Parts: sequence; structure tokens; C-alpha cells
Amino acid sequence: MNYEAVIGLEVHVQLKTRSKMFTRVAAGFGLPENTLTDPVVLALPGTLPVMNKGALDKIIKAGLLLGCEIAAVCKWDRKNYFYPDSPKNYQISQYDQPLCRGGCVEIELPGPARNVMGEHKRIALTRIHLEEDVGKLNHVEGASLVDFNRAGTPLMEIVSEPVIRSADEAFAYLTALKTVMIYGGISDCDMEKGQLRCDANISIRPAGTAGLGTKVELKNLNSISFVRDGIAQEIRRQTAVALSGGTIEQETRDYDGQTGLSQSLRSKEMAHDYRYFPDPDLMPVEVDEAWKSAIRATCPELPFDKQRRFMEQYGVPYTITSVLVPDRGLSDFFEETARLCGKPQAAGNWIANDLLRELGAAKIELSQSKVGPAHVAGLVRLVDGGVILSNAAKEVFVDMFRTGEAPEAVVERKGLKAETNLDELERWCAEAIASNPKSVADYKGGKESALNAFKGPVMRAAKGKADPKRVDEMLRRLLAR
Amino acid sequence: MPQPNDLKLDHIANLARLSLTAEEKERFGRQLGDMLDYVALLNEVDVEGVEPTAHAFPVVNVWAQDVPEPGLSVEDALRNAPERRDNMFVVPKVVE
Repeated sequence: MNYEAVIGLEVHVQLKTRSKMFTRVAAGFGLPENTLTDPVVLALPGTLPVMNKGALDKIIKAGLLLGCEIAAVCKWDRKNYFYPDSPKNYQISQYDQPLCRGGCVEIELPGPARNVMGEHKRIALTRIHLEEDVGKLNHVEGASLVDFNRAGTPLMEIVSEPVIRSADEAFAYLTALKTVMIYGGISDCDMEKGQLRCDANISIRPAGTAGLGTKVELKNLNSISFVRDGIAQEIRRQTAVALSGGTIEQETRDYDGQTGLSQSLRSKEMAHDYRYFPDPDLMPVEVDEAWKSAIRATCPELPFDKQRRFMEQYGVPYTITSVLVPDRGLSDFFEETARLCGKPQAAGNWIANDLLRELGAAKIELSQSKVGPAHVAGLVRLVDGGVILSNAAKEVFVDMFRTGEAPEAVVERKGLKAETNLDELERWCAEAIASNPKSVADYKGGKESALNAFKGPVMRAAKGKADPKRVDEMLRRLLAR
Repeated sequence: MPQPNDLKLDHIANLARLSLTAEEKERFGRQLGDMLDYVALLNEVDVEGVEPTAHAFPVVNVWAQDVPEPGLSVEDALRNAPERRDNMFVVPKVVE
């Protein structure tokens, strides 16, 4: 029998705010242990939470970007459990009134080839709610050590419908979601810093049937590749169990990216009973049209919309757009360059190839680059106007990347201007023809390739600064006399 | 009032991390039963036409702007810790 997978993802995204969710001590990553706490974070007696307006703005922005319905009113609930990462013994979350419902994430599946756009699908979302992150436990011999720096960081939980069908789709979903979050300035989504975390609910069923099988929750998928590999492995594991006549247990499994295997976490003796109830310390949130409109005005164009526009408006090929678009800064750089030089395709090539190569080699970010859109646009114009040849342009690019000089200045300094003196070119061509009567006879006798015999001497005379196309034209013209 | 039949005392004790003797179960079961009876009086209130709410006051959107303020020093943060190590709180080993 054939089986198909049904996957739902729960993605936690830390919001990029300056302070925590319910108190104003700073939020941050990588600071010395327990330096980001205050009485609210530590749940000292008598403290009360106060919502972070900035975090609410960001989840609403996420909801609008993903096409969710934003709740007119929502409340906060306490999720009760004892665990040392949470000093209150409850987590403030949203149970039955999330801020966002519905919506979807547009994804792109791998295409038949790298340069061909893959199929696009929309993965439906169930909900997005806001809660607070917990502290970090460090396990040592005989004890656990708690660092509360992360505790109370605004955390968004994005829950998909169980409509993801494969490990590749899950990978595409996370990639697309991450890009949208970064575009919106909602989160930096650095998985190594725990700013984006993913749990997967996976089940299988006989292909073509409608029911849902017993689901297994897979945890610890702490890189996008681990999400893909972990899910693929879990689908294989469940399929093998089913094919051998076994039963799939409802359980939580821990994925180990190093070994590529998962193991069952000790099964809970009973299901979680979080005893959710409304938090009496926090008043509800009411979102009106004015608030939504103000946020909508700050929403960027979605990445896939931008990619389609780049292809249509500028005629830039898919491969180039798929390099430019995921990075908002790079796509802005491209649009500015295209505007300045009016040659979007050339601009796209320089940015996607040369600029990225140099940035990578120098190990710096785009924001640190000495080369701006005006530099690249200037270079495109120099090549387009025939002032320099493309080989020389490559050299100019490397130089201006290093020094930040204008391309014209580099051309001047290094004497890279192409030979455009037609009189001189004509003289070199005439000399080459005069000194090689045999090739002249061959050419005139119909041997096209004989033309090449003249080109070497001309290029040597021009010290490589002659445009091969012009040399070709000039030789033909002179030989036709 | 005896302990109600549907009171899952063992479950509640477990959630609260309490281990109760048979005698305590008997006593607390009875007391919890009394409390539930008392709270059940609320069921007699006519709430027809009253919209469910989590709060009695019509106050919404109580918040602060996202501007950080100074927090506690590590020393102050750990002041109440029964045991500390490497500027962290020491707790019994937990592994999920």
C-alpha cells in the first residue's frame, strides 16, 4: 500500500522588540546570564505585567502580511505548568482568542531545474497568537542551571493547518515564512539564536484517503535543513511501521540532526493539563480599523509579489530574481541601480554575480559595502556606452568594491578606456591586412575563418583595448573594398 | 459534605505536585467538595443576555511603548536564589 504524509507545523518566532512582552527590561541574545531580568521576569511577589505595544504592532503586521483575519478583541490566558524555565509557574499566552486567524503562506516548491521556477502553493494557517518565551536551562552534572535572559521575550506562535504534504513543502514553507518575517522587520528569524523554532506534527495515511492517522510530534528541529531531514526521516519511519503491520504510537520524538535519527521522549503518564484561564492581570486588546490601517501602511510588498514584478516589469530572469528578492536590502539596491542606469538586466547581473561574489569574499554585509547603486549604475553605463569593454569592467568592479571609487575614476586611473579612435583602429586593421596577403586571398575565396588571422595583430596593436566586435566590423569593411 | 464522585483528587494533587496521604485525601476531598458547592451558587444567577467576559471593567489596551528601562543587576537577580552557579539559578536536574 502507498502512504501519504500529513504535516502541520508549529513555528515559534521571537519578535524583534527592544523590551520584553510584559515588562520593559531589554530583550536580547548573547548577553551574560541573568543580565536581562527584572522583578516581573523573575515573578517576584507583587509584580504585574504591562503589555508591549510594539509587540502588538508586530504581530498585527505579521497577520496582515499573511492575510489573516485580525481579531477585533482578544484576551490573555494563563497556561499553567511547573517547570523551572518559567518562574511564574504559568506562561501568559492566548488560548481561545488568538490575535490572528486564518491566512496563508505562499511557498515555492523546487523547480525541475535551478533556473526554472517551481510550483507555487498556498499553505493555510490556523492561527497566530502571542505569548512570552521562557528561560533557558543548562544541564550540568547533577543539576540544571537557569538563565532568565530569554524569559518574557515576545514570542509569536504560527500554527499551520495540517496541509503540508512532504518534507520539501515543509522546507519551502519555513523558508517563505522566514523571508516574510524578515521583510516585515518582524523578526530576524535566526534559528541559531532560537529566534525561529519549529515543531512538526506528522502522520501518514493510505494515499488518497481523507482521514488523519495518529500524529507524532517531532521536536528539536533547530535548522531549516533539520526540519526537512527530520520530517523525511519520520515519514520513512512511520511508513516502515505501517508496512510491517505495526501501530504508530502517539508520542513526542526528539530529532537529532547529527545522527539523522529521532528517539521517543519518555511518554507522559498523562496528557498535559494546562488549566488555561483568563489572566486577571491583563486587560483585553481591542484592534480597530485605524490601528490596522496604520500598520498596513508600513507593510512591504511580499517577496513573491516582488519577484513576479521584477520578472515582468524589468524582464530580469528567474534565476537572478531568486537571488535578489529574498534579501530585501539587495532587492532595494537592485531597483535603485536599475532606476539610475535604465538597464535592469545588466544591473541584475552585476549585483547577483559580481557584487555578491565580492561581498562573500570580503565576508561583509551589503550594508557595509563601499559600492552603492550609483557605482553599479555608472559601470553599466560605461559598458553600455562602449567606453570600456566587459573584461575591463570586471576589473573596474573589483577595484571600486575595494576602494569605493567611482567607476569613471577607476577607468581613468588604470587607463582602461576602450579604443574608440576609429582612425587608429582603421590603421591597425589596414596594416594587418597589408601584411598578410595569403589570408586576404583565402577570405576573398570564401574562407570565412581566415578573418581571424587579422584579429590577433590588431588586438596586439590595441593592447587588448579594442572591442572585438568593432574590429570584426572594421576588417570586413576594409576587405570588402 | 462528602467528596463528589467526579472530583479527580489524585490528578489535581499530581498537577499541584502534592503527595497526599489517604487521610489527607479524605479531608481535602471533603473541603474541595464544600468549595465547589459554594461556588456552584453562581449557577443560580440569571445571566441571560449577558455577554461572556473575562473582566468586569470595560477597559482595553493598557500598554506601554516598547522602550527599554534598566533591569536588575545579576547580583540582585540572584539574591533570593537558594543556590547559584555561574550567575545562574541552580535547580534539581530536569530533563524532558
